[in-house]
Amino acid sequence: MSDQPQPVLEAIDIVKELGSGAGKVRAVKGASIKLIPGELTLLMGPSGSGKTTLLSILGCILSPTSGTLRVAGTSTDRLNSEELADLRRKHMGFIFQSYNLFPTLTALENVRIALDVRGQKGFAAANRSEEVLRDVGLAYRLKSYPGNLSGGEQQRVAVARAIASSPSIVLADEPTAALDGENGHAVMALLARIAKEQHRSVLAVTHDPRTLSYADRVVRIEDGRIVGEERRPEGLDAPEIADLTKRRKAHA
Amino acid sequence: MILTLAFRNLFHDRIRLAVTLVGILFSIVLVAVQLGLYLGASNMITANIDHAKADLWITVYGAKSFEDGGMLLTSRERHQALATPGVKAVIPLIVRFAEWRKPEGGSTRVVIVGSDAEDGGLEPFNLVEGTWEDIKAPEAVAVDRTYFNELGIKGIGDTAQIANGRVRVRAITDGVRSFTQSPYTYTTLNRARSLFGDSDGTTFYLVQTVPGADIKKVQHELEGRLDGAEVLTQAEFRDRSLKQWLFRTGAGVALIGGALLGSLVGTVIVAQTLYSSTKDHLGEFATLRALGSSSGYIYKVILAQAGISAVVGYALGISIALIILVLSHNTALPMVMTPGLAFWLFTLTVGMCAISALSAIVKVTKIDPAVVFNR
Repeated sequence: MSDQPQPVLEAIDIVKELGSGAGKVRAVKGASIKLIPGELTLLMGPSGSGKTTLLSILGCILSPTSGTLRVAGTSTDRLNSEELADLRRKHMGFIFQSYNLFPTLTALENVRIALDVRGQKGFAAANRSEEVLRDVGLAYRLKSYPGNLSGGEQQRVAVARAIASSPSIVLADEPTAALDGENGHAVMALLARIAKEQHRSVLAVTHDPRTLSYADRVVRIEDGRIVGEERRPEGLDAPEIADLTKRRKAHA
Repeated sequence: MILTLAFRNLFHDRIRLAVTLVGILFSIVLVAVQLGLYLGASNMITANIDHAKADLWITVYGAKSFEDGGMLLTSRERHQALATPGVKAVIPLIVRFAEWRKPEGGSTRVVIVGSDAEDGGLEPFNLVEGTWEDIKAPEAVAVDRTYFNELGIKGIGDTAQIANGRVRVRAITDGVRSFTQSPYTYTTLNRARSLFGDSDGTTFYLVQTVPGADIKKVQHELEGRLDGAEVLTQAEFRDRSLKQWLFRTGAGVALIGGALLGSLVGTVIVAQTLYSSTKDHLGEFATLRALGSSSGYIYKVILAQAGISAVVGYALGISIALIILVLSHNTALPMVMTPGLAFWLFTLTVGMCAISALSAIVKVTKIDPAVVFNR
């Protein structure tokens, strides 16, 4: 028996074609990736490399043209849109580049609605929402509307919303793209903590080099293909990695 | 959270909410007024029939309504009817148009209703001044206070000329209005006859059956005995009068048409505003879908928005309709509002809003959750 932990999400030879006829484009060309519990994985690549398309497929939002996707052991082949939504509901949390918070709901309500769609209602849902918002450092912003929050605070609400239902997979699309350096680091540190302390698989799509130091693993994608994978040396934590990165840059 | 989100989505854009509510309000007021007038007209048309104590009505053949008679029935038909098994009483009733000449000149058409209270057939109802005993006095009649101006009188004691004789107002009713706008003038059977110079004729015979009699059987028996006359149950005569005034004249069709138009306009306005609201919140619905919500959850949000609009719009609409109801009380065609109509209007509002939500639901059904990555 292998010591390798079982992947909670496994994509094998994923191909995705977008458009039709002469405008047909192959956005993902046979990508394979596994997400392991307790790891923060970065999917990095230049603009147009297919990373967001691959993230959409891994999040069961887009269906692959070919290839196999298994979420918590369940193959997504032949699942209809309601069954895919059910899979997302049970196993996934999402964080978006533009936060995608509901402007008419408070921070607390924005988190509660993610529980509500999962059938978690009442005081238990309210308490859990408050708990995760406290956990991301927003105890003082529970009743604030997104319009009154800074970008960093909004993204932390989005993180709280993603983890409120304790999903085994958290998928983040450019989580630091709209944030300044300080907030970007804070959000990445939060994602790394979620992966480690809560033993979740976190996959963040990014082309932001500031995020590198928080990754357990970096998967590189170019032109729709996975072109490389780097793993953080054993025993180094995020600050040490950050120092290492700085030293490498200085040496270069 | 469904209600919270629906409520916030609605109240977030107050101008659009106002347009929605005005649409529902306009629709409800229009439908309430049209149907209220329809009910009011129906009540006016059938009030005398409803108040008559009769199991069967004997009319001349083809009589179209309560007001549409002559004095063509005679005592011969009465005797034939009285000899029919199951018949307890046959009460003559005169209903006939006549010219009311006002004391200070001019004239107006009235409907003379002549019957004797002792017979237990039809007597003036809603008397507010005077009694049936007063109507027995020489020349006495009862009229409704709504028509004082039209009749050129001010109250009890005033006189006028009708056909062959003088009449004096001895009793007053309230709220007994005439759909034909010719006021009902109640008097005794003999005075009605003398006014028209007819000693035997009558317009209707009200038939009362013995307790336990089979009314349908008595009706068929009477039909076999009476040539040139029709025998109708109370309900049949009621329906015939309603058909005559509401549908053959087109009045009812106009009122119902107005109500349908109101519903249609309301539905279109609500549908348009709900659709545009959904379109504006499409990104949020896509986010919900990406978060794993079922389609049903999103439909519930849209339906809740429609439901909240319906409840608020109905509350405003019915309030205005009730104000119009009060204002119409003393007019020639007062509006009527019953608990049944109020409930029906609420059902209509909810139905209208639910139908309106369909366009929004169709829009959201086509939502692609992948747009969440492009916002």
